[in-house]
Amino acid sequence: MDNIINIGKTAGLLSSIGYRKAKNNIFKILVMVFSFLTISMVFLIIGTLLVKGYKQINLAFFTQVAPDTFTAMMATANGEVIPGGIVNGILGSIYLVLIASVIAIPTGMVIGVYLSENSKKKYACLIRDIADVMQGVPSIVIGIIAYIWVVVPLTKGYSVLAGGVALAIMMLPLIVRSTEESLKMVPDTLKEAAIALGTPYYKVIWRVLIPTSFSGLISGILLAVSRVLGETAPLMLTTLGNPDVNWNVAKPGSAVPLLIWQFYNDPNMVNLIWSSTIFLMGFVLILNLISKWIGAKRK
Amino acid sequence: MINTKENTTTPVMSIEDISISYGDDKYAVKHVSAEIEAHSITAIMGPSGCGKTTLLRAINRMHELYPNISTEGKILLGGDNIYEMPTMNLRRKIGMVFQRPNPFPTLSIYDNVIAGYRLNGIRMKKQERDEIVEKSLRDVALWDEVKDTLHSKGNFLSGGQQQRLCLARTIAFRPKVILLDEPTSALDPISTSKIEDLLVELKKDYTIIMVTHNMSQAARISDKSMFMYLGELVEYDNTKKMFTTPTDPRTEAYLTGKFG
Repeated sequence: MDNIINIGKTAGLLSSIGYRKAKNNIFKILVMVFSFLTISMVFLIIGTLLVKGYKQINLAFFTQVAPDTFTAMMATANGEVIPGGIVNGILGSIYLVLIASVIAIPTGMVIGVYLSENSKKKYACLIRDIADVMQGVPSIVIGIIAYIWVVVPLTKGYSVLAGGVALAIMMLPLIVRSTEESLKMVPDTLKEAAIALGTPYYKVIWRVLIPTSFSGLISGILLAVSRVLGETAPLMLTTLGNPDVNWNVAKPGSAVPLLIWQFYNDPNMVNLIWSSTIFLMGFVLILNLISKWIGAKRK
Repeated sequence: MINTKENTTTPVMSIEDISISYGDDKYAVKHVSAEIEAHSITAIMGPSGCGKTTLLRAINRMHELYPNISTEGKILLGGDNIYEMPTMNLRRKIGMVFQRPNPFPTLSIYDNVIAGYRLNGIRMKKQERDEIVEKSLRDVALWDEVKDTLHSKGNFLSGGQQQRLCLARTIAFRPKVILLDEPTSALDPISTSKIEDLLVELKKDYTIIMVTHNMSQAARISDKSMFMYLGELVEYDNTKKMFTTPTDPRTEAYLTGKFG
């Protein structure tokens, strides 16, 4: 009992200004150390990729497809860079994202407009909840769904279309929510101004709400695109991969993350992993920066 | 143009027994009837929550944007009941200016003035458009200030200029009636007095109904005044008479600052 009281007294004494300052300093140092750790992680990743991959980045990297494993082995054995590149993956990724965007952007924006215009209706709340749940569905599950819906009945085999549908399902909830949020930022007074001019309702949305929130909509779309650009799992079950450039939606196609996975599985191709990853990260980074820049311009 | 003398006493609009309720029988406006004279400024006064904005919005049916609203009675504009007109046509005849200036931020000054036509898909020759823009901006005394920057966006304009731009956007449609919902409450005194001068000028061509919090503003520029209290129209008379010899004790109490 006495001990406890004594401890209490000492603690009271220690809570003097000096003790508080020491606590403050310890906390400050901890914050600095941990934030440095977080930042250094990003620089370590980018540094490692650059050091390991810069050699592979040349014109051929963007214009040719990857060589066969024997050529790659010979090049590596002679200490040369692996000839060829990942043009099939780059074009494949862009193609997939285009297909996904064509499906997901109009659909998502219409739903987003509905949600922001009728935000309190029961049906709108239900859709909003479902969109939130959809964001949490593991991407491999979406891959399986696209496999069942598209690969099996429609294209009777792995296809770019199936990959596009899988990515569209992943983009949809992101677009819905970002559209809703950016439309909600438009002040009601602007809507009223348009309505007071006798503007029909659809034109209020089309000519006032959407243009006013345009930058928000675009940055939402870019974020959704950059999110699905790195998806690998659903693509494995749908678009499979293709050693050549393919524009046929009903045939398998390639994508950068798929190529990274394939290079990883082939000991002779390992050097191409790093450069492909640099490309993927750079692409996503640029999309993110553009979207941040547009978002900042809005304010 | 219009023979002002002859028209001064003709009612352009008559409000007949209007009652407006929100949800479960909460009446915001109770049995209001009034005749609005053409080419006059009618001020609606009253303390907060007395239903004056709701009444004003009922005149171009903007109040229908609120949820669970129901309206009884009728408002006749040139003999037609506005509640039987398509809202789009009605709102082209009865323009509205809001409390806070709300020009469209994505449009240029020029396009803001012509926005009513653009948003309604009315096509015109460029010359016609130019005329409407210039006339409307001259009418609100903004032309000289913006004529060199017509095609840039209006966000560098001051609050008062923005409000005059909104007024120009409203009169570009040549409406019969202009409704103003406390149009100067967000403005400084100099901008306020400019807008007030404008309204006096504009009543030659339009009929103006304005809600105001500011009694002295009503006294300065309005021809007729309504005093509303708890949803009722307590008194409606010539402004001069109301401010000198109000008939209802509640009006007198409000005007002398005993409440509100």
